[in-house]
Amino acid sequence: MNPIKTIQARTVALPIDNIDTDQIIPARFLKTTRRAGLGQWLFSDWRYNADGTPRADFALNRPEARGAQVLVTGDNFGGGSSREHAPWALVDFGFRAVVSTSFADIFRNNALKNGLVPVTVQAQFRRRLLSRPNEPVVIDIERQTIATADGVRAPFPLDSFARYCLLNGVDELCYILKQEEEIAAYESCWGREYSMRAFH
Amino acid sequence: MTTKKQTLFEKVWHAHTVVPETRETPAILYVDLHLVHEVTSPQAFSLLRERQLRVRRPDCTVATMDHSVPTTPRNADRPVAFTDPQAAEQVRQLEENCREFGIELHGLGDDTQGIVHVIGPELGITQPGMTIVCGDSHTSTHGAFGALAFGIGTSEVAHVLATQCLLQRKPKTFATRVDGQLQPGVTAKDLILAIIAKIGMAGGTGHVIEYRGAAIRALSMEERMTVCNMSIEAGARAGMIAPDDTTFEYLSNRPRAPKGFEWERAVQRWRHLSSVEDAPFDCDVSLDASALEPMVTYGTNPGMGIPVRGTVPQPKNASEVNSLRYMGLIPGETLLGKSVDVVFIGSCTNARLSDLRQAAALLKGRKVAPNVRALVVPGSQQVKRQAEAEGLDHVFREAGAEWRESGCSMCIAMNGDQLRPGQYAVSTSNRNFEGRQGSGGRTFLASPLTAAASAVAGKVADARELMKV
Repeated sequence: MNPIKTIQARTVALPIDNIDTDQIIPARFLKTTRRAGLGQWLFSDWRYNADGTPRADFALNRPEARGAQVLVTGDNFGGGSSREHAPWALVDFGFRAVVSTSFADIFRNNALKNGLVPVTVQAQFRRRLLSRPNEPVVIDIERQTIATADGVRAPFPLDSFARYCLLNGVDELCYILKQEEEIAAYESCWGREYSMRAFH
Repeated sequence: MTTKKQTLFEKVWHAHTVVPETRETPAILYVDLHLVHEVTSPQAFSLLRERQLRVRRPDCTVATMDHSVPTTPRNADRPVAFTDPQAAEQVRQLEENCREFGIELHGLGDDTQGIVHVIGPELGITQPGMTIVCGDSHTSTHGAFGALAFGIGTSEVAHVLATQCLLQRKPKTFATRVDGQLQPGVTAKDLILAIIAKIGMAGGTGHVIEYRGAAIRALSMEERMTVCNMSIEAGARAGMIAPDDTTFEYLSNRPRAPKGFEWERAVQRWRHLSSVEDAPFDCDVSLDASALEPMVTYGTNPGMGIPVRGTVPQPKNASEVNSLRYMGLIPGETLLGKSVDVVFIGSCTNARLSDLRQAAALLKGRKVAPNVRALVVPGSQQVKRQAEAEGLDHVFREAGAEWRESGCSMCIAMNGDQLRPGQYAVSTSNRNFEGRQGSGGRTFLASPLTAAASAVAGKVADARELMKV
């Protein structure tokens, strides 16, 4: 993964609450065996008519959405299925960050592993973003802040390890593989005898 | 080591900590059992191949195919018929990956194939005190055994394949206490729907739920699996129930459970798998099982549930307004009597033998209404065989329902079993999101009893009416 220090990009708003991963990427698109190419199916059931033509009134289809890389959404984004295809579709479409007041656990973890930054803000700041549609924002990973073009800044929480991985382009699999000694030590105690562990 | 009184979750967590969590870094947790299926694994295996890594513990990895497999009846003369070449390719890749990496596969054609969260327990592979992961959010099912079981994404599937470990921040704990007694006609499915209605679809976010209390103790293992299965629908990381004699009885003599002296040793240790008296939880909630009614969801998330005889509540926000619009419902209307097009009895929530027995008992001597397509999809080939040995398949067919092969089927609608736009279904599955069971499809989640009764009535029905003598 490439290091990410800041994201400077325009927003597009989808101010709907409780967007679950079935909406982000419907199950019929999970038959792919690759990670790439899912962007065309992002929010498919909302984006396209039954005949496959784009719905002109859907936020992502509007001309001003073109080139936007930060998605601003309603509360509780990404619930439901653990499909990592959801962040893959968002990233493939071109998004680099999602802003919400809350994220589902599995989605947040999956997003971070793909360099898609989940930015949790208060409702008040989100209202500010929604009142300035398609304007640029600056997301600073190091400082953990998001700022509007007129300089209003809000902090956002970010797990310290996730922040470290983003800033340094750390691959988590490599990180775990480096702990070979610890893993081997654990296995030599309990390896095949998990049921023999004490559970006091 | 900690002097804090430990909950069940904490005991299992601590026993699997390879490297403890720090402020800067997550814990490294060892995984005892990695379950794999065809949809969330291909990209993970490809990554291993790219990096020239082997699977560290093939002996701790078990695969099956369930999400996109057809459930059309098959026999020696009529083999598996994939209508979707992409699904066929996905399955083929799993077969190849299992061959290449030496992983045990319960594939199509094997008499042990089935939904991943059905076959693990029935084969005795799922055991108390284990950490169990799978690229599927309903992995929480296995928590019914006192295992710490949760869903992971495909990147994490690759992590586990390569290292048998996961990076995890320790979740908080949430005690859900259920006392009292479920009344006749009120099932484990109704209980978990009531719990989610109370906690909310994000109420459990960041927590592992432990289900406790007399009503939980009284549940069978299959009922406990139904409850734990839907923990994710309350946003929880996982759901757990402490093992007890019910658990040990279920497990004893299962093919992969320990035997003889090893069994005795295992049970002795498993008996320690409970929360210490007065162990503190971060959150708690209580319910009285005696007060519960059969539940049905009316909206487009599993938290939007009401008693079957209830009325659709006023929407509290724009999200709920949209939900009702999608479902074609108006506040104040009763669900009872709402005409349905499809009844689906299946899924990792409710496709075990006891679920099928309940549905069959209601359908026996009755007919599925002419306006309804009813599908019964057993959770595994083993469940299918057991059901057939008891003649349940005859009951279903006699009633006019379809008796299918095992798989996830219409729960996720990846295999051709799906709703048409606008159709209403009463479904024993776990999600009612927009389009979940087919684009434009509208789902009422319910128990097998409610589903069977609705199939007979041709509309949403209260099974207790049919159960009256």
